[in-house]
Amino acid sequence: MSTLGVTGASLVKDLRMEWRSKDAINSMLFFSLLVVVIFSFAFNPTAEESRRIAGGLIWVAFLFAAVVALNQTWARELRNQVLDAYRVSPAPPNALFLAKTVGNFLFVVVLEILMAPLFVVFYELRSVGPVWQLLVVALLGTWALVVNGTFFAGLSIRTRNREIMLPLLLFPITIPALLAMVDATTSVLTGEASPDFWIKLLAVYDIVFTALCLLLFESVLNAE
Amino acid sequence: MKKLTLISVPITVALLAYTSYLALIVAPTEQTMGDVQRIFYYHVPSGWVAGLCFFINFVASALYLWKRSPASDALAAASAEVGVVFCAVLLITGPLWARPVWGIWWTWDARLTTTLVLWLIYVSYLVLRRFAAGGQTQVLAAAFAIFGFADVPIVYMSIRWFRTQHPSPVMGGGENSGLAPAMLHVFLINLVAFTVLGILFVWLRYQLQMQEQALESAHAQLALKGVSR
Repeated sequence: MSTLGVTGASLVKDLRMEWRSKDAINSMLFFSLLVVVIFSFAFNPTAEESRRIAGGLIWVAFLFAAVVALNQTWARELRNQVLDAYRVSPAPPNALFLAKTVGNFLFVVVLEILMAPLFVVFYELRSVGPVWQLLVVALLGTWALVVNGTFFAGLSIRTRNREIMLPLLLFPITIPALLAMVDATTSVLTGEASPDFWIKLLAVYDIVFTALCLLLFESVLNAE
Repeated sequence: MKKLTLISVPITVALLAYTSYLALIVAPTEQTMGDVQRIFYYHVPSGWVAGLCFFINFVASALYLWKRSPASDALAAASAEVGVVFCAVLLITGPLWARPVWGIWWTWDARLTTTLVLWLIYVSYLVLRRFAAGGQTQVLAAAFAIFGFADVPIVYMSIRWFRTQHPSPVMGGGENSGLAPAMLHVFLINLVAFTVLGILFVWLRYQLQMQEQALESAHAQLALKGVSR
Protein backbone atom coordinates (compact mmCIF):
# COMPACT_ATOMS: atom_id res chain seq x y z
CA MET A 1 0.00 0.00 0.00
CA SER A 2 1.33 3.41 -0.88
CA THR A 3 1.80 6.25 1.62
CA LEU A 4 -1.28 7.98 0.28
CA GLY A 5 -3.29 4.76 0.43
CA VAL A 6 -2.39 4.21 4.09
CA THR A 7 -3.09 7.86 4.88
CA GLY A 8 -6.48 7.63 3.19
CA ALA A 9 -7.45 4.38 4.90
CA SER A 10 -6.40 5.65 8.31
CA LEU A 11 -8.14 8.97 7.80
CA VAL A 12 -11.39 7.30 6.67
CA LYS A 13 -11.26 5.07 9.76
CA ASP A 14 -10.80 8.07 12.07
CA LEU A 15 -13.56 10.03 10.37
CA ARG A 16 -15.94 7.07 10.56
CA MET A 17 -15.22 6.59 14.26
CA GLU A 18 -15.77 10.28 14.87
CA TRP A 19 -18.97 10.27 12.80
CA ARG A 20 -20.38 7.44 14.89
CA SER A 21 -19.23 8.60 18.32
CA LYS A 22 -18.93 12.39 17.81
CA ASP A 23 -16.67 12.41 20.89
CA ALA A 24 -14.15 15.00 19.74
CA ILE A 25 -16.54 17.42 18.09
CA ASN A 26 -19.07 17.38 20.93
CA SER A 27 -16.50 18.00 23.64
CA MET A 28 -14.79 20.73 21.61
CA LEU A 29 -18.09 22.43 20.78
CA PHE A 30 -19.33 22.48 24.33
CA PHE A 31 -15.94 23.56 25.63
CA SER A 32 -15.60 26.52 23.27
CA LEU A 33 -19.22 27.49 23.92
CA LEU A 34 -18.35 27.68 27.61
CA VAL A 35 -15.29 29.79 26.88
CA VAL A 36 -17.39 32.21 24.79
CA VAL A 37 -19.97 32.60 27.54
CA ILE A 38 -17.39 32.95 30.34
CA PHE A 39 -15.32 35.52 28.43
CA SER A 40 -18.45 37.49 27.72
CA PHE A 41 -19.29 37.62 31.42
CA ALA A 42 -15.68 38.34 32.40
CA PHE A 43 -15.14 41.28 30.02
CA ASN A 44 -18.69 42.40 29.20
CA PRO A 45 -17.49 44.23 26.07
CA THR A 46 -19.29 46.78 23.90
CA ALA A 47 -19.47 46.15 20.13
CA GLU A 48 -16.43 48.38 19.51
CA GLU A 49 -14.36 46.74 22.27
CA SER A 50 -15.33 43.25 21.23
CA ARG A 51 -14.08 43.89 17.71
CA ARG A 52 -10.68 44.63 19.26
CA ILE A 53 -10.53 41.66 21.60
CA ALA A 54 -12.38 39.16 19.38
CA GLY A 55 -9.20 38.01 17.61
CA GLY A 56 -7.64 36.95 20.88
CA LEU A 57 -10.85 35.52 22.22
CA ILE A 58 -11.69 33.38 19.20
CA TRP A 59 -8.23 31.87 18.96
CA VAL A 60 -7.78 31.23 22.65
CA ALA A 61 -11.14 29.44 22.64
CA PHE A 62 -10.15 27.34 19.62
CA LEU A 63 -6.69 26.62 21.04
CA PHE A 64 -8.14 25.30 24.30
CA ALA A 65 -10.86 23.37 22.48
CA ALA A 66 -8.35 21.85 20.07
CA VAL A 67 -6.30 20.54 23.01
CA VAL A 68 -9.38 18.62 24.18
CA ALA A 69 -9.61 16.82 20.83
CA LEU A 70 -5.87 16.43 20.34
CA ASN A 71 -5.54 14.59 23.63
CA GLN A 72 -7.92 11.92 22.36
CA THR A 73 -6.06 11.49 19.05
CA TRP A 74 -3.60 8.85 20.12
CA ALA A 75 -5.24 7.60 23.30
CA ARG A 76 -7.65 5.57 21.17
CA GLU A 77 -4.72 3.83 19.45
CA LEU A 78 -3.24 2.70 22.76
CA ARG A 79 -6.20 0.46 23.50
CA ASN A 80 -5.58 -3.12 22.29
CA GLN A 81 -1.99 -2.11 21.40
CA VAL A 82 -3.03 -0.70 18.03
CA LEU A 83 -0.03 1.65 17.99
CA ASP A 84 2.38 -1.24 18.61
CA ALA A 85 0.77 -3.17 15.79
CA TYR A 86 1.23 -0.16 13.57
CA ARG A 87 4.86 0.08 14.58
CA VAL A 88 5.67 -3.47 13.48
CA SER A 89 3.69 -3.16 10.26
CA PRO A 90 5.55 -2.01 7.13
CA ALA A 91 3.24 1.03 6.76
CA PRO A 92 5.14 4.35 6.62
CA PRO A 93 4.90 6.25 9.96
CA ASN A 94 4.36 9.58 8.24
CA ALA A 95 1.20 8.23 6.61
CA LEU A 96 -0.28 7.68 10.06
CA PHE A 97 0.87 11.11 11.20
CA LEU A 98 -0.63 12.83 8.15
CA ALA A 99 -3.93 10.97 8.59
CA LYS A 100 -4.18 12.02 12.23
CA THR A 101 -3.23 15.61 11.40
CA VAL A 102 -5.71 15.93 8.54
CA GLY A 103 -8.39 14.33 10.71
CA ASN A 104 -7.80 16.80 13.54
CA PHE A 105 -7.65 19.64 11.03
CA LEU A 106 -11.09 18.69 9.71
CA PHE A 107 -12.53 18.42 13.25
CA VAL A 108 -11.26 21.85 14.23
CA VAL A 109 -12.43 23.41 10.94
CA VAL A 110 -15.90 21.98 11.51
CA LEU A 111 -15.80 23.40 15.03
CA GLU A 112 -14.84 26.81 13.65
CA ILE A 113 -17.65 26.74 11.10
CA LEU A 114 -20.17 25.87 13.81
CA MET A 115 -18.81 28.40 16.30
CA ALA A 116 -18.38 31.37 13.93
CA PRO A 117 -22.11 32.33 13.93
CA LEU A 118 -22.15 32.18 17.73
CA PHE A 119 -19.22 34.59 17.98
CA VAL A 120 -20.97 36.94 15.55
CA VAL A 121 -24.20 36.82 17.57
CA PHE A 122 -22.73 37.05 21.08
CA TYR A 123 -20.12 39.71 20.33
CA GLU A 124 -21.96 41.66 17.61
CA LEU A 125 -19.02 41.17 15.28
CA ARG A 126 -18.90 42.89 11.93
CA SER A 127 -15.74 42.78 9.86
CA VAL A 128 -14.45 46.09 8.52
CA GLY A 129 -11.77 44.46 6.35
CA PRO A 130 -12.34 41.78 3.65
CA VAL A 131 -13.77 38.55 5.05
CA TRP A 132 -11.89 36.21 2.68
CA GLN A 133 -8.68 37.15 4.50
CA LEU A 134 -10.18 35.75 7.70
CA LEU A 135 -10.70 32.49 5.84
CA VAL A 136 -7.01 32.33 4.88
CA VAL A 137 -5.97 33.14 8.45
CA ALA A 138 -8.32 30.47 9.82
CA LEU A 139 -7.02 27.75 7.51
CA LEU A 140 -3.31 28.54 8.03
CA GLY A 141 -3.78 29.09 11.75
CA THR A 142 -5.73 25.89 12.28
CA TRP A 143 -3.07 23.91 10.46
CA ALA A 144 -0.39 25.51 12.66
CA LEU A 145 -2.27 24.47 15.82
CA VAL A 146 -3.10 21.01 14.61
CA VAL A 147 0.17 19.90 13.04
CA ASN A 148 2.21 20.66 16.16
CA GLY A 149 -0.65 19.58 18.39
CA THR A 150 -0.86 16.14 16.79
CA PHE A 151 2.90 15.72 17.05
CA PHE A 152 3.08 16.80 20.68
CA ALA A 153 0.06 14.66 21.54
CA GLY A 154 2.13 11.78 20.18
CA LEU A 155 4.96 12.84 22.50
CA SER A 156 2.79 13.33 25.54
CA ILE A 157 1.02 9.95 25.45
CA ARG A 158 4.45 8.50 26.22
CA THR A 159 4.73 10.49 29.43
CA ARG A 160 3.36 9.81 32.89
CA ASN A 161 0.90 12.71 33.04
CA ARG A 162 -0.46 12.52 29.49
CA GLU A 163 -3.27 15.01 29.46
CA ILE A 164 -1.44 17.83 31.23
CA MET A 165 1.71 17.37 29.21
CA LEU A 166 0.21 18.36 25.84
CA PRO A 167 -0.56 22.03 26.64
CA LEU A 168 2.76 22.35 28.50
CA LEU A 169 4.61 21.40 25.32
CA LEU A 170 2.27 22.93 22.77
CA PHE A 171 1.65 26.40 24.18
CA PRO A 172 5.24 27.73 24.35
CA ILE A 173 5.99 26.55 20.81
CA THR A 174 2.66 27.93 19.54
CA ILE A 175 3.18 31.47 20.87
CA PRO A 176 4.34 33.00 17.56
CA ALA A 177 1.56 31.29 15.61
CA LEU A 178 -1.03 32.39 18.15
CA LEU A 179 0.29 35.95 18.01
CA ALA A 180 0.06 35.87 14.21
CA MET A 181 -3.50 34.47 14.21
CA VAL A 182 -4.70 36.96 16.79
CA ASP A 183 -3.11 39.98 15.16
CA ALA A 184 -4.16 39.01 11.64
CA THR A 185 -7.76 38.49 12.81
CA THR A 186 -7.80 41.78 14.71
CA SER A 187 -6.31 43.61 11.72
CA VAL A 188 -9.06 42.30 9.43
CA LEU A 189 -11.90 42.86 11.90
CA THR A 190 -10.92 46.44 12.71
CA GLY A 191 -9.65 47.17 9.18
CA GLU A 192 -6.89 49.29 10.71
CA ALA A 193 -3.86 47.41 9.42
CA SER A 194 -2.90 44.94 6.75
CA PRO A 195 -2.67 41.30 7.90
CA ASP A 196 -0.18 40.45 5.10
CA PHE A 197 2.86 40.12 7.36
CA TRP A 198 1.01 37.84 9.76
CA ILE A 199 -0.34 35.64 6.97
CA LYS A 200 3.19 35.24 5.61
CA LEU A 201 4.50 34.45 9.08
CA LEU A 202 1.80 31.80 9.54
CA ALA A 203 2.71 30.29 6.17
CA VAL A 204 6.41 30.14 7.18
CA TYR A 205 5.47 28.64 10.55
CA ASP A 206 3.30 26.01 8.86
CA ILE A 207 6.01 25.03 6.40
CA VAL A 208 8.82 24.88 8.99
CA PHE A 209 6.90 22.85 11.53
CA THR A 210 5.17 20.54 9.07
CA ALA A 211 8.62 19.68 7.72
CA LEU A 212 10.01 19.13 11.24
CA CYS A 213 7.05 16.92 12.21
CA LEU A 214 7.44 14.74 9.13
CA LEU A 215 11.19 14.56 9.72
CA LEU A 216 10.97 13.53 13.38
CA PHE A 217 7.73 11.56 13.67
CA GLU A 218 9.31 8.23 12.81
CA SER A 219 11.86 8.61 15.64
CA VAL A 220 9.12 9.50 18.10
CA LEU A 221 6.83 6.65 17.05
CA ASN A 222 9.64 4.13 17.40
CA ALA A 223 11.05 5.54 20.63
CA GLU A 224 11.66 2.74 23.09
CA MET B 1 39.08 13.57 34.80
CA LYS B 2 38.49 13.97 38.49
CA LYS B 3 41.76 15.88 38.90
CA LEU B 4 40.75 18.28 36.13
CA THR B 5 37.45 18.97 37.91
CA LEU B 6 39.22 19.48 41.22
CA ILE B 7 41.59 22.03 39.69
CA SER B 8 39.00 23.85 37.58
CA VAL B 9 36.59 24.57 40.45
CA PRO B 10 38.98 26.74 42.57
CA ILE B 11 40.29 28.45 39.42
CA THR B 12 36.74 29.41 38.40
CA VAL B 13 35.89 30.62 41.91
CA ALA B 14 39.06 32.76 42.00
CA LEU B 15 38.30 34.15 38.54
CA LEU B 16 34.76 35.05 39.59
CA ALA B 17 35.99 36.73 42.76
CA TYR B 18 38.45 38.78 40.73
CA THR B 19 35.86 39.82 38.13
CA SER B 20 33.35 40.70 40.85
CA TYR B 21 35.98 42.96 42.39
CA LEU B 22 36.54 44.53 38.97
CA ALA B 23 32.83 44.96 38.25
CA LEU B 24 31.79 46.27 41.66
CA ILE B 25 34.82 48.38 42.67
CA VAL B 26 37.32 49.00 39.87
CA ALA B 27 34.93 49.80 36.99
CA PRO B 28 34.01 53.50 36.79
CA THR B 29 30.51 54.51 37.87
CA GLU B 30 28.21 55.29 34.96
CA GLN B 31 27.28 59.00 34.74
CA THR B 32 23.50 58.92 34.29
CA MET B 33 22.50 55.53 35.68
CA GLY B 34 24.92 55.42 38.59
CA ASP B 35 25.85 52.20 40.35
CA VAL B 36 22.84 50.26 39.06
CA GLN B 37 24.60 50.05 35.70
CA ARG B 38 27.05 47.56 37.26
CA ILE B 39 24.39 44.87 36.96
CA PHE B 40 25.22 44.97 33.26
CA TYR B 41 28.46 43.07 33.95
CA TYR B 42 26.34 40.13 35.14
CA HIS B 43 23.29 40.56 32.94
CA VAL B 44 24.88 40.41 29.51
CA PRO B 45 27.31 37.55 30.24
CA SER B 46 24.39 35.51 31.68
CA GLY B 47 22.47 36.04 28.46
CA TRP B 48 25.48 34.98 26.43
CA VAL B 49 25.98 31.80 28.48
CA ALA B 50 22.26 30.95 28.27
CA GLY B 51 22.36 31.35 24.48
CA LEU B 52 25.49 29.23 24.29
CA CYS B 53 23.89 26.49 26.42
CA PHE B 54 20.73 26.38 24.29
CA PHE B 55 22.85 26.15 21.18
CA ILE B 56 24.83 23.26 22.68
CA ASN B 57 21.51 21.64 23.60
CA PHE B 58 20.34 21.88 20.00
CA VAL B 59 23.55 20.45 18.55
CA ALA B 60 23.65 17.64 21.13
CA SER B 61 19.98 16.78 20.52
CA ALA B 62 20.44 16.65 16.75
CA LEU B 63 23.53 14.51 17.28
CA TYR B 64 21.54 12.18 19.55
CA LEU B 65 18.81 11.69 16.95
CA TRP B 66 21.47 10.90 14.39
CA LYS B 67 23.93 8.70 16.31
CA ARG B 68 21.90 7.70 19.41
CA SER B 69 24.92 8.02 21.68
CA PRO B 70 24.04 8.35 25.39
CA ALA B 71 26.81 10.94 25.86
CA SER B 72 25.15 13.48 23.56
CA ASP B 73 21.85 13.02 25.40
CA ALA B 74 23.62 13.66 28.70
CA LEU B 75 25.18 16.79 27.22
CA ALA B 76 21.76 17.96 25.96
CA ALA B 77 20.20 17.49 29.39
CA ALA B 78 23.08 19.22 31.17
CA SER B 79 23.19 22.22 28.84
CA ALA B 80 19.41 22.73 28.94
CA GLU B 81 19.41 22.84 32.73
CA VAL B 82 22.34 25.24 32.97
CA GLY B 83 20.84 27.35 30.18
CA VAL B 84 17.54 27.69 32.04
CA VAL B 85 19.39 28.81 35.18
CA PHE B 86 21.39 31.49 33.34
CA CYS B 87 18.31 32.55 31.41
CA ALA B 88 16.52 32.97 34.76
CA VAL B 89 19.41 35.12 36.00
CA LEU B 90 19.06 37.18 32.83
CA LEU B 91 15.31 37.60 33.38
CA ILE B 92 15.77 38.59 37.03
CA THR B 93 18.67 41.02 36.62
CA GLY B 94 16.92 42.71 33.68
CA PRO B 95 13.92 44.08 35.63
CA LEU B 96 16.18 44.95 38.60
CA TRP B 97 18.05 47.29 36.27
CA ALA B 98 15.01 48.43 34.29
CA ARG B 99 13.02 49.64 37.28
CA PRO B 100 15.38 52.54 38.25
CA VAL B 101 16.50 53.29 34.67
CA TRP B 102 13.34 52.88 32.56
CA GLY B 103 10.92 53.40 35.46
CA ILE B 104 9.17 50.08 34.75
CA TRP B 105 9.95 46.49 35.68
CA TRP B 106 8.97 44.96 32.41
CA THR B 107 7.96 45.88 28.88
CA TRP B 108 6.77 43.54 26.15
CA ASP B 109 9.66 44.49 23.95
CA ALA B 110 11.08 42.13 21.33
CA ARG B 111 14.19 41.11 23.23
CA LEU B 112 12.50 40.74 26.59
CA THR B 113 9.58 38.77 25.23
CA THR B 114 11.78 36.51 23.13
CA THR B 115 13.91 35.74 26.17
CA LEU B 116 10.84 34.94 28.22
CA VAL B 117 9.45 32.62 25.52
CA LEU B 118 12.89 31.00 25.21
CA TRP B 119 12.87 30.36 28.95
CA LEU B 120 9.33 28.90 28.77
CA ILE B 121 10.30 26.57 25.92
CA TYR B 122 13.30 25.16 27.78
CA VAL B 123 11.38 24.83 31.03
CA SER B 124 8.84 22.70 29.18
CA TYR B 125 11.79 20.74 27.77
CA LEU B 126 12.91 20.00 31.34
CA VAL B 127 9.34 19.11 32.36
CA LEU B 128 9.16 16.67 29.44
CA ARG B 129 12.43 15.07 30.51
CA ARG B 130 11.10 14.70 34.02
CA PHE B 131 7.81 13.08 33.05
CA ALA B 132 8.76 10.97 30.06
CA ALA B 133 8.88 7.30 30.99
CA GLY B 134 12.07 5.28 30.96
CA GLY B 135 13.99 4.72 27.76
CA GLN B 136 11.81 6.96 25.62
CA THR B 137 12.96 10.13 27.37
CA GLN B 138 16.01 10.73 25.20
CA VAL B 139 14.26 10.56 21.83
CA LEU B 140 11.22 12.57 22.93
CA ALA B 141 13.39 15.24 24.54
CA ALA B 142 15.70 15.46 21.53
CA ALA B 143 12.74 15.86 19.17
CA PHE B 144 11.26 18.59 21.32
CA ALA B 145 14.64 20.36 21.55
CA ILE B 146 14.72 20.63 17.74
CA PHE B 147 11.22 22.15 17.76
CA GLY B 148 12.19 24.62 20.46
CA PHE B 149 15.30 25.79 18.69
CA ALA B 150 13.46 26.20 15.38
CA ASP B 151 10.82 28.27 17.13
CA VAL B 152 13.16 30.94 18.52
CA PRO B 153 13.86 32.90 15.29
CA ILE B 154 10.13 32.82 14.44
CA VAL B 155 9.27 34.15 17.90
CA TYR B 156 11.79 36.95 17.53
CA MET B 157 10.48 37.90 14.06
CA SER B 158 6.86 37.91 15.17
CA ILE B 159 7.45 39.95 18.31
CA ARG B 160 9.72 42.48 16.64
CA TRP B 161 6.89 43.20 14.21
CA PHE B 162 4.33 43.20 17.00
CA ARG B 163 6.17 45.80 19.08
CA THR B 164 7.88 48.05 16.58
CA GLN B 165 6.62 51.20 18.26
CA HIS B 166 8.56 50.38 21.42
CA PRO B 167 12.07 51.80 21.84
CA SER B 168 14.73 49.14 21.75
CA PRO B 169 16.42 48.56 25.12
CA VAL B 170 19.21 50.95 26.02
CA MET B 171 21.75 48.19 26.33
CA GLY B 172 25.43 49.02 26.44
CA GLY B 173 28.00 46.96 24.63
CA GLY B 174 26.34 47.27 21.23
CA GLU B 175 27.82 48.93 18.17
CA ASN B 176 26.40 52.40 18.72
CA SER B 177 26.35 52.71 22.48
CA GLY B 178 30.13 53.05 22.84
CA LEU B 179 31.28 51.55 26.12
CA ALA B 180 34.11 53.43 27.86
CA PRO B 181 37.42 51.51 27.55
CA ALA B 182 37.67 50.91 31.30
CA MET B 183 34.14 49.45 31.30
CA LEU B 184 34.75 47.39 28.17
CA HIS B 185 37.81 45.84 29.77
CA VAL B 186 35.83 44.80 32.88
CA PHE B 187 32.93 43.61 30.74
CA LEU B 188 35.10 41.38 28.57
CA ILE B 189 36.80 39.78 31.58
CA ASN B 190 33.37 39.16 33.11
CA LEU B 191 32.24 37.60 29.86
CA VAL B 192 35.19 35.21 29.97
CA ALA B 193 34.58 34.37 33.65
CA PHE B 194 30.89 33.64 33.06
CA THR B 195 31.67 31.51 30.04
CA VAL B 196 34.13 29.49 32.14
CA LEU B 197 31.52 29.19 34.89
CA GLY B 198 28.83 28.07 32.44
CA ILE B 199 31.10 25.48 30.85
CA LEU B 200 32.12 24.21 34.29
CA PHE B 201 28.46 23.81 35.33
CA VAL B 202 27.62 21.97 32.12
CA TRP B 203 30.69 19.77 32.59
CA LEU B 204 29.80 18.84 36.19
CA ARG B 205 26.16 18.26 35.32
CA TYR B 206 27.17 16.19 32.31
CA GLN B 207 29.30 13.91 34.47
CA LEU B 208 26.45 13.53 36.96
CA GLN B 209 24.06 12.66 34.12
CA MET B 210 26.48 10.05 32.79
CA GLN B 211 26.71 8.49 36.25
CA GLU B 212 22.92 8.44 36.52
CA GLN B 213 22.75 6.68 33.17
CA ALA B 214 25.34 4.13 34.26
CA LEU B 215 23.43 3.53 37.48
CA GLU B 216 20.16 3.05 35.61
CA SER B 217 21.61 0.55 33.17
CA ALA B 218 23.28 -1.30 36.06
CA HIS B 219 19.88 -1.56 37.77
CA ALA B 220 18.34 -2.83 34.54
CA GLN B 221 21.07 -5.45 34.14
CA LEU B 222 20.59 -6.58 37.71
CA ALA B 223 16.84 -6.91 37.22
CA LEU B 224 17.40 -8.96 34.06
CA LYS B 225 19.68 -11.30 35.96
CA GLY B 226 17.05 -11.68 38.63
CA VAL B 227 14.49 -12.68 36.03
CA SER B 228 16.72 -15.24 34.36
CA ARG B 229 17.60 -16.93 37.62
